Amino acid sequence: MSINLNLSQVTIREKRLKSIVGYQGTIKDLAEQSQSGCLKNASRGFSQATNCNSGCAQGYLSSITDAAIVNHGPIGCAGDVAGANAGFQWGQRIRDWNQRNVRIINTNMSEKAVVFGGDQILKEGILKAYERFNPKAIFVTTSCASGIIGDDIESTMRNVEAEIGIPVVPVFCEGFRSQIWASGFDAAFHALLSRIVKPAEKKRPELVNVINFAGSGRAVITEIFGRLGLVPQFGIPYSNIEEISRWSEAAATISICGTLGSYMGNGLEQNFGVPYVTALQPHGISGFDDWLTKLGETVGKEKEVEEYLAEQKVIAAPDLEEIKFKLKGKKVVVGMGPSFAHNYIRFLEDLGMEVVWGFSWHYDAKHDHGGCPSCTVELTKIDKDIPVSVSDQQNHEVINLLSKVKPDIFIGRHPGMSVWATKMGIPAIMVSDEYSAFGYQGTIEFGHRIIDALTNNSLALNLSKRIQLPYTEWWLEQDPFEFLKQKNKRKESENKKNVAVR
Amino acid sequence: MRTRKMSQCVEQIRHVCTLGAFESVLAIKRAVPIVHAGPGCVAKLWTTLGSQNGHQGSGYVGGHAIPCTNASEKEVVFGGTDQLRKVITNTFDVIDGDLFVVLTGCTSDIIGDDVGEVTRKFQDQGKPIVYVETGGFKGSNLVGHELVLDAIIDQYLQPQQVEPGLVNIWSSVPYQNTFWSGDIEQLNILISSLGLKPNVIFGPDSSVEALNNIPKAQFNLVISPWVGLRNAEHLEDKFGTPFLHYPALPVGPTETSNFLRAVGEFAGIDPSVVENVIRKQEERYFYYLERAADTLLETRLLPRRFITVADSLYALGIARFLTNDMGLIPEKQFITDDTPIKFQDSVSAEFKKFTSDIVAETVFSNDGGFVEEEIRKLKIRSRPIILGSSWERVVARDLNAYQLSVSAPIGNEMVLSKSYVGYNGALQLVEDIYSVVLNDFM
Ligand code: SF4
Repeated sequence: MSINLNLSQVTIREKRLKSIVGYQGTIKDLAEQSQSGCLKNASRGFSQATNCNSGCAQGYLSSITDAAIVNHGPIGCAGDVAGANAGFQWGQRIRDWNQRNVRIINTNMSEKAVVFGGDQILKEGILKAYERFNPKAIFVTTSCASGIIGDDIESTMRNVEAEIGIPVVPVFCEGFRSQIWASGFDAAFHALLSRIVKPAEKKRPELVNVINFAGSGRAVITEIFGRLGLVPQFGIPYSNIEEISRWSEAAATISICGTLGSYMGNGLEQNFGVPYVTALQPHGISGFDDWLTKLGETVGKEKEVEEYLAEQKVIAAPDLEEIKFKLKGKKVVVGMGPSFAHNYIRFLEDLGMEVVWGFSWHYDAKHDHGGCPSCTVELTKIDKDIPVSVSDQQNHEVINLLSKVKPDIFIGRHPGMSVWATKMGIPAIMVSDEYSAFGYQGTIEFGHRIIDALTNNSLALNLSKRIQLPYTEWWLEQDPFEFLKQKNKRKESENKKNVAVR
Repeated sequence: MRTRKMSQCVEQIRHVCTLGAFESVLAIKRAVPIVHAGPGCVAKLWTTLGSQNGHQGSGYVGGHAIPCTNASEKEVVFGGTDQLRKVITNTFDVIDGDLFVVLTGCTSDIIGDDVGEVTRKFQDQGKPIVYVETGGFKGSNLVGHELVLDAIIDQYLQPQQVEPGLVNIWSSVPYQNTFWSGDIEQLNILISSLGLKPNVIFGPDSSVEALNNIPKAQFNLVISPWVGLRNAEHLEDKFGTPFLHYPALPVGPTETSNFLRAVGEFAGIDPSVVENVIRKQEERYFYYLERAADTLLETRLLPRRFITVADSLYALGIARFLTNDMGLIPEKQFITDDTPIKFQDSVSAEFKKFTSDIVAETVFSNDGGFVEEEIRKLKIRSRPIILGSSWERVVARDLNAYQLSVSAPIGNEMVLSKSYVGYNGALQLVEDIYSVVLNDFM
């Protein structure tokens, strides 16, 4: 489906990318079903708390340096702002900036507004944000309440926009609309693509847009790109509105994460003629090689990339040997967003570990360029067929599965997940920084991080001896996917066989 | 003196919506919330009340372990009671708990799901389950906390024979007040020292058994400017349990000794017993304070004035201690807990009862952006200390003020059992404040 910037609202991932949150099977089956178009979401008869797309939209946009956000909803919908602020503080610190707080105002919708409409308070909120922050643009994020009561927020926003003369842009991200929280990234990018990015007045052939989060890898990338004669432009966080408006000038866009970058990258390609590099994620050696090689191909720097990679291979070889020797055959369970999960599965297998299960919190049957995600396709090329499931952080499935497969280590990426493995005595690593395992040096560092986690597991062991899990014995005896309503679901014995065969 | 700020919008939030009260359920050991709301509610609310608030994690059945319907478009259009029924049914099989509390969010309350009807079916089967409508637009999570307790009182508690000496304590709101579990431990120690027996409802020593015992108490003790009052009144109506309302959190020797005397008198305890306890505790307190006195008086850049940005419970408790015991002068006191208007006068009045006729000016606002503007407008001669949340770190840096986080959200500190309550808590607060000052030297 091509990206239509004339609509005020992005089409949610379920419809646009055939994304799902319920599946159990293997990676080859998952890829096959998505390529043949018959992948179906399986619902659950029991579920636990997940996340919503508003968090992704709001969090991502809040670190644009000269914009403000008005969150139109009751106060709880701004509950994640403290987290956005913590992230924002860190990002400012690693840039050596003076730290300030995020600029988000919540309209504090009360019972009265729910009954009589919230247009007036929205208008006040926008004016307040304008007066307080003097921003270059204001993004209005919606909530379950504002979505259900059906305020005509667009006309309110148009009126205020005319009054204050800066873009006032809707970001539709009601929690109930999509089960896929990454839809919130799309909502944020849609707002930017449709209202902030301008057609390029001049092209800058050396410039590469890099879509990321906090951006701790800036120095390394700047150095690598410099060798190729390229200049990275990082964002969207920590960019300003003027910079974003000129993202169309770049020679290419590349992303640290396929889940994150798909909409923005393809939107820039389809609407502004900036090619989007759909490579593997740059985590682990093969991922990084692919990422940089495809970028080289896109911008005509093949030779430079080849030379650089050849050089890195020689430097890194002894360290990588040592890591592979130490990690060989260690069993690992991965639980992350889809792109990170499928990229890390490949990367950990490359290190000689045995991925016994891969959870992805959702799965996009395709990306916005039309094809199945490259990281998933790549995994179908290896001999083994890795057991995977799709589960939006459904803790009961994760814990039940961990208690059965008992891996040597759990590697996760979202808050509130790795801790549960720890409680079971399983060492765990949380990959909170998107540049963990980036490139050759990052891969070596990450390898050692795993070795360290395996070397001293006393915290997890001590916790597990004293802590009770909230699950009944009955549950832990069931199949982990008991509540998943999927027709061709495999039995646990088959899973086991699958694990054993490998 | 009191300013009330009628801003609609809020920036830099310090409490969350009604549904945030699911954290109060988590504070009772083996009690399990079942949330009927959109997919992001729990994660969002937990950020302000948990992960960014002293780094309180998921515990036994918090965070992603909380059963939740994650209401989608389908439920919003066709109603969510079927999905809720399924989730409740399966929760009983999957989760090992003693009491289950169904809480609703905006989606369910706006579309009008009859959650009561669903829950009553389970109650009729004898399951330990109650429900409460906590749609976010109803108000703050402090109001939600009271609604949860009311639901337990109405739907779960049974009349009991009174046990003399047993006391229910209602004070720090779990998770909202970052130091709640330490506070409860300290309050329990204080109450026990008088020979009374605290019935421990929240925190490390809590149990559902203690909930059952609520109607057994000789009296309810509400230590808070306003939160919890309505529950005590409710318990008085329903079970005839009398209550003592003590508006200030006892921090430091002056207030704590007053507090012990008030409780002792209300409970009919021999004053000599009370005085004995007070003497011992004060001796210990002053042993330490005497040792600190040199530095408290002789270091270069000590704060003379303090600004508090906190909910009424902490603002009052801390202001009383720093003024009455430590000789500091209160600048504006910002009260951020969305105090209901009917309580604002009585809360303000408490800020006039200080030593030396000192009056602390109160400003009620839950809008941190407004609070920040007001702080920037203050003319303060010395280098003040701002006791607030992590939101205030920025303004404190800008104004060259000292900053200590004492109220939600606290992202810059790990908080475990720490408390500023009582004699011991006051020592802890002195340690923390002056460590901030001393750290600034080196
Ligand atoms: S305000 Fe409503 S939608 Fe937002 S977190 Fe609270 S209950 Fe959920």
